[in-house]
Amino acid sequence: MAEEGSLLRDALVYLGAAVVCVPLAKRLGLGSVLGYLLAGCAIGPWGIGLVKDTVSTLHFAEFGVVLMLFLIGLELEVKRLVQMRGPVFGGGGLQMVACSVPLAAGLLLLGLSWQGALAAGLAMAMSSTAIAVQTMTERNLMGAPAGKSGFAVLLFQDIAAIPVIALVPLLGVAAAGGDSGWMQAGKALAAIAGVIVIGRFLVQPLMRLIARADVREIFTAFALLLVIGIAQFVSLAGLSMGLGAFLAGVLLASSEYRHALEADIAPFKGLLLGLFFIAVGMSVDFGLVLSQPMLLVLLVAGLLGIKALALALIAPRLDVAPRERWLFAALLAQGGEFAFVVFGVAKQAQVLSVEWEGLLTAAVAISMAGTPLMLIAFDRLTARNAQVQREADAIDGHGTEVIMAGFGRYGQIISRLLLGHDYRITVLEHDPDQIDLIRRFGFKVYYGDATRLDLLEAAGAAHAKLLVVAIDDVDDSLALVDLARHQFPHLRIVARARNVRHWLELTDRGIEAAERETFESALRSGRAALEALGIAPFEAREVADSFRRRNLATLRGMLPHFRDEQKFIAVAKSGARELEENLRRDREARGQAKGSRGWQ
Amino acid sequence: MRGRGRDVILVVYAHPHHTRSIAQRGLLEGIAGLPTVTVHRLYDRYPDFDIDVTAEQALLAKARLVVWQHPIYWYSPPALLKQWFEVVLMHGWAYGEGGTALAGTDCLWVTTTGAPEDGYTDNGLHAHPFESFVPVVKQTAQFCRMRWLDPVVVHGAHRISAPDLARHAAAYRTRLVDWIEARG
Repeated sequence: MAEEGSLLRDALVYLGAAVVCVPLAKRLGLGSVLGYLLAGCAIGPWGIGLVKDTVSTLHFAEFGVVLMLFLIGLELEVKRLVQMRGPVFGGGGLQMVACSVPLAAGLLLLGLSWQGALAAGLAMAMSSTAIAVQTMTERNLMGAPAGKSGFAVLLFQDIAAIPVIALVPLLGVAAAGGDSGWMQAGKALAAIAGVIVIGRFLVQPLMRLIARADVREIFTAFALLLVIGIAQFVSLAGLSMGLGAFLAGVLLASSEYRHALEADIAPFKGLLLGLFFIAVGMSVDFGLVLSQPMLLVLLVAGLLGIKALALALIAPRLDVAPRERWLFAALLAQGGEFAFVVFGVAKQAQVLSVEWEGLLTAAVAISMAGTPLMLIAFDRLTARNAQVQREADAIDGHGTEVIMAGFGRYGQIISRLLLGHDYRITVLEHDPDQIDLIRRFGFKVYYGDATRLDLLEAAGAAHAKLLVVAIDDVDDSLALVDLARHQFPHLRIVARARNVRHWLELTDRGIEAAERETFESALRSGRAALEALGIAPFEAREVADSFRRRNLATLRGMLPHFRDEQKFIAVAKSGARELEENLRRDREARGQAKGSRGWQ
Repeated sequence: MRGRGRDVILVVYAHPHHTRSIAQRGLLEGIAGLPTVTVHRLYDRYPDFDIDVTAEQALLAKARLVVWQHPIYWYSPPALLKQWFEVVLMHGWAYGEGGTALAGTDCLWVTTTGAPEDGYTDNGLHAHPFESFVPVVKQTAQFCRMRWLDPVVVHGAHRISAPDLARHAAAYRTRLVDWIEARG
């Protein structure tokens, strides 16, 4: 019973800390990862000490990373993996060598044995998939060149971690478990073969069976069971659980249950990954920090400095644009979760001493916490550079007449109309899924957030005639409109409104051509409904036209009041009544005309 | 060779409010059920005025008699039929060089006026005899080298009595039946 109580109490503490710290961190522009890490520091043994047992929490929460790798695997069919082999194996391999060699050399200078330096160098060359992917997603970078190369590098690290973790015991003077290094490596290979067999031949028919039972939570339970089972299975062989899960994910990527698995696992991943970051925050051993502060500072600075430098140097070889190379470096400079595992294995195999293991773990954890800060520093630097680069960027968008922000279903239709008249269009889009499509149409494409001034300038806003705002997000849309009206007052704006309030916000800003995205199609459907009931098509059109006219008049009547919630509701209510009343009067007027004068 | 037998009469009907109409609806009901007659209701087909020119020209090409049936509004056809003239009767198709698609096709004008016939005199409400308003439509047909038949005109449609309307409808039907027997 005490166990249960403490489990619930811990959950209360973790969830509470996350709910307080994460929104706060996001508000301050620090990103959710740093929020979790700070939450961990706050509740950990060195903070207010609400949680004492950090090791078991970290152990449990590593499962979030396992689930994340499973999901990453799910997104990567073997076919795509083969397609990506260039950037993954070439770029990733280059990154591992370029980072691990100087890191190992540095550690050798600090007095580690060559075996220890090699193992730790390889471990620290790997980056945090969790932090990097989370950050890239948050910043819409997954489709940008820096994001793509970053992901390829991370993927190679995920793969490279297999032999690293498996082979580190070979470096040991005495394998702890009694198995020889070769024995361990053999077991690892056998386990991988086992996962392939299970994933290929066992799981799919089993899933079909369970899906047929049509009990949704059982499918979820099975999905979790599958990942936990495979993770446990490979960890028996001394491999990282994440790698097993990744492999299982890749094997299931082409199965028909891919999306169902994704949807079922994603929420668990999100929560557990948050817990993982909290646990990393908690496990920063401030005692160690205080006992050897200089050495630790040196380790963190060395890790981040050497890695960032090496990454920036190799960035051009990985197709990263010159102005994105430091972003790329900042994204991947931190140590990763694999390092914890490698350090653990190395300690067990007596490749690393206990003190070094503690110090290096702390250094990696601090470097992870430092990533969001490095990115903020990067933003500050580029913001300053953007001022200088303004003219150069404008040339890229030279000749653009129309800037399309957003290229979803809405923007596509608009752009096809414009293309028919040979207008030169530049598209700003942050959804990587749309990119292939945009390219096929031959547009100039800029990835990223259209609400960024530098991006608008690069797209040629200074000389364009028209800005089409077709993005989904209401806040982004309004921010973009405000920015455009302020910085580029000459631009005509055509805007998509998601709903009435959005329409009011846009019209209030002086946008004449704001169109509610569902309004016209709903009027069309209304006409179709009237026709289905026997009303003549042209008369149905007249009813819809009259509705539109009166509805717009009502909305314009709301403009002075819509920020005043109370009044807004009152005006809206009376407006709706008035509209129906008017439509009824229209109908009666038509009826009377027939009665008195007749029609030819 | 134009197709014989099917769809040789095309009634291009333009009334924005057919359901509320009296005279035009009565006339149209008068020719219901005739073989080889297609009634093409423009306002039902194109309530948004986005006329499908290719489809219209294909319909016309099949017809050997084209009927333009509509009420007179402001001394002219209703807006949609006027639009139809503008976009369907294209240069190079209906007139001008190579514009022979309608050459030799018969054209029957069937129209109604709201006011009584006595308004159409030099001293009447409309200050001109009705014949003064005919040339616009007639010359449209003749410019496309169509054969202009004697039109069917019903005056005073606002207050027409049921027996009068029935008589006009029967006469209209007879015109078409005679044409079918003579030429169809």
